Amino acid sequence: MITYVAYTLMILGTALLLVGALGLLRLPDFYCRTHAATKPDTFGLVLILLGLGIYDGLTLTTVKMLVIILFVFLANPTSSHALGRAAILRGLTPWTASDRKDGR
Amino acid sequence: MIRPQNSVIVDLAVRIMAPMIQIFAFYVIFHGHYSPGGGFQGGALLAASILLQRVVLGRRRSARSFPPRLAIPFGAVGIAIFAGTGLWPLVTGGNVLQYDYLPLGLSPVFLRNTGILLVEIGIAFAVLGTLVSIYDDLSNFQRKER
Repeated sequence: MITYVAYTLMILGTALLLVGALGLLRLPDFYCRTHAATKPDTFGLVLILLGLGIYDGLTLTTVKMLVIILFVFLANPTSSHALGRAAILRGLTPWTASDRKDGR
Repeated sequence: MIRPQNSVIVDLAVRIMAPMIQIFAFYVIFHGHYSPGGGFQGGALLAASILLQRVVLGRRRSARSFPPRLAIPFGAVGIAIFAGTGLWPLVTGGNVLQYDYLPLGLSPVFLRNTGILLVEIGIAFAVLGTLVSIYDDLSNFQRKER
């Protein structure tokens, strides 16, 4: 039972990473792309590590994974915030619907 | 020129993250002969925490945690520790880096087990000083902004 919970968490995390990669390829703009590159990556990595920790039981490795989760939760949104802030302070204008090439 | 970012979020996160990185760096250094890691990796992590503060917190506030004039002495002391650990057993009658000939007054078995720790501390100091001094030179950290 616990094993299936772990599998579900890991598959969800992998799906989130896939969605993030797709968004990184498909979205039109720097801001959208940082959004797609950082937010699903954070949560996907956290889900995968949580699944691995549940799969492994409470060992030293699990504690290390929890520390990694804490660090990722701290570092990843901060770095994306710094990226977006630097871009907007440099004057990069966000993409709007009027920037569409073919008027779809 | 390096400027502080003036963002409270990044500032606070770096102030939380830098000590965590340093603790992990010491873990990597002192656990280096049981698990992956060692002097170079630990020194690079220490230098990374210093450089993170350099980039985000700006010149004056990061110089309080690690003054730029300390970088070259750190590297020199690290190389001196490494070379001393390597060459001192030659004086007392062993080979290069033969740890049980180190004149520390400990048992030879213990020295042979943990003598590599001295070398790794030396390497960590050398890497820390070298990387920080490279960054400071490249970014004109020591020169006054005009």
